[in-house]
Amino acid sequence: MKLHEYQSKALFQEYGIPIPQGRVAETSREAGAIAAELGGTVVVKAQVHVGGRGKAGGVKVARDAAAAERHAQAILGMNIKGLTVEKVLIDEAADIQQEIYLAITNDRSAGQPLLMTSMQGGMDIEELNRTRPDAIIREHIDPILGLQPYQMTYIASAMRLPRAHWRSFLKILSGLYACYNKSDAELAEINPLVITGAGALLAVDGKVIIDDNALYRQPALTAQRDSSDEPESERLAREAGITYIKLEGQIGCMVNGAGLAMTTMDMTKLYGEAHGIGPANFLDIGGGATPEQVATALSIILSDANVKAVLFNIFGGITRCDEVARGILTAYNAVQPEVPMVIRLQGTNAAEGKKIISEAQLPHLISAETLTEAAQRAVAAVQESA
Amino acid sequence: MSILIDRNSKVLVQGITGRQGGFHARLMMEYGTNVVGGVTPGKGGEWFDGKPVFDTMRAAVKTKYADVSLVTVPARFAADAIMEAADAGIKLVICLTEHIPVADMMRVLAFCRQRGTRLIGPNCPGVMTPGEAKVGIIPAMVALPGDVGVVSKSGTLTYEVGFAMKNRGIGNSTIVGIGGDPVIGTTFVDILEMFENDPDTKKVALLGEIGGSAEIAAADYIKTSMTKPVAAFIAGRSAPPGKRMGHAGAIVDGGEGSADEKIQALEAAGARVAANPEEIPDLLS
Repeated sequence: MKLHEYQSKALFQEYGIPIPQGRVAETSREAGAIAAELGGTVVVKAQVHVGGRGKAGGVKVARDAAAAERHAQAILGMNIKGLTVEKVLIDEAADIQQEIYLAITNDRSAGQPLLMTSMQGGMDIEELNRTRPDAIIREHIDPILGLQPYQMTYIASAMRLPRAHWRSFLKILSGLYACYNKSDAELAEINPLVITGAGALLAVDGKVIIDDNALYRQPALTAQRDSSDEPESERLAREAGITYIKLEGQIGCMVNGAGLAMTTMDMTKLYGEAHGIGPANFLDIGGGATPEQVATALSIILSDANVKAVLFNIFGGITRCDEVARGILTAYNAVQPEVPMVIRLQGTNAAEGKKIISEAQLPHLISAETLTEAAQRAVAAVQESA
Repeated sequence: MSILIDRNSKVLVQGITGRQGGFHARLMMEYGTNVVGGVTPGKGGEWFDGKPVFDTMRAAVKTKYADVSLVTVPARFAADAIMEAADAGIKLVICLTEHIPVADMMRVLAFCRQRGTRLIGPNCPGVMTPGEAKVGIIPAMVALPGDVGVVSKSGTLTYEVGFAMKNRGIGNSTIVGIGGDPVIGTTFVDILEMFENDPDTKKVALLGEIGGSAEIAAADYIKTSMTKPVAAFIAGRSAPPGKRMGHAGAIVDGGEGSADEKIQALEAAGARVAANPEEIPDLLS
């Protein structure tokens, strides 16, 4: 779960990391009032879960309250990479002498937290990694022991941070580690961490991503979830315990298992791409899905107007194909789909499952033996509908 | 012959009295796996299909010598269950549980390394040596005994490919599901190395997916150290960046972990990569 910048910085502040004065606004009027209260030059920043908002015009400097109100007016409601801006953060502008990159993330290969920092802050880490990999200091953290003081001194020294800033930097390092650790974060990033003209350190921008699997023990963070950029269909699926991701294609996919679900999408693309046809969604119905869940999943898939055919790909291992077939019929009767449905059942009791489907003699039902055949029939069904 | 497990492996099931644990323990026993008992805190002294249930792993290991443990308990208790097994001296722990927080897994992995315990998973379907034993949920019907080793991040995709091989008369030495989480106990490289050293494995099928760089490391290993032929499939070519595709680890992040990058690395290393998983048997024959 991603936190917005304003939420991330408020969290940093709880761990003793200094942040600029500022507040979030939902209207331009409110933005102007906050700017007036802060006085001086402020920055108006779009709060959306997407990178590159600066380049998209979502971050503006304002010399006074009137300018802040004007900028907020322009930014609120702006569409940045498909997301509508609903909140802006009004921060006092920092006097920037130097920008530092600082983050702690999960290193998947090492199975350890990884601290990364650089005196070349401001740009994103992928860009930095590409252009100046030698300018990034990396230090793994023992997950049992945590970040040790000697490591922090090493980091400050290796990055050639002027000694005058060591004391406050080390305090920020230990604060960021505590924040990452206690929040079950998969990323806690300050970029930039600014050295101001007055010689203070300030977390001017921040990004925190919380591990979804740990949300059950992070009630305060879970309460900050902003679902406004989550498509309605994805939210409904999430609440029904189904993993669904909306895509741009025409073939709705219903599959058991995440790896096979991705593969099924890939097959529709493999055989459909030349005709401009591809997957409409990722959907993992899971093992042992009930007919009710299959019906819910089918309605969610069909709520997407782009869907011109549905592809069921079920490998029955422990799940028996005859049970799945009955589930599909129940779902069919409940939802009454008007698009063709290609059904491919393989594995345990596949023959019985296929018999149930064929005996039902329902319109729009197309049976397939292999995954290849299923994908090709689904592509053909979309072509026929056009 | 095989890797990791065979008909002599003595297996404990943590969570044997649970619905999932019990269901799969029975299927494992039907398959011929030597399940010696189970552990459920608070149910010590009970019996499960003629096998003793213990309160703790220490008591279970003390009474019934065992060398493998299968963890089937829910996510909130699974990290602790893995550590309990490692602390009791079990050298191979296989964890099926999905949704364990990554922070817990990083601590558990460090703990297992200290104790000299190998962990497979979490969020995996387990391990099966066809004709001998299975520890986990891989269905018996998907594989025959044979000489192709299979290593995979996924469950049903593995069954699909195993079944396609079986229909062509191709069997498997051992099938290993390493799991779809970002932090897992055993990687592709670990298993490839075991297959390379296993005299009864002649060829290997590798089933990867988007996210992370484990397939890139596998490609490096194939290039530098493998003599046996490898056929591969990478799922998620059609997945958009920045979206988590079901598995916690299946996400293309900051341009890293894409299917194309992995396919290129594997091909450059000499592996034969299928565009369609149903072609894997062709690439192996």
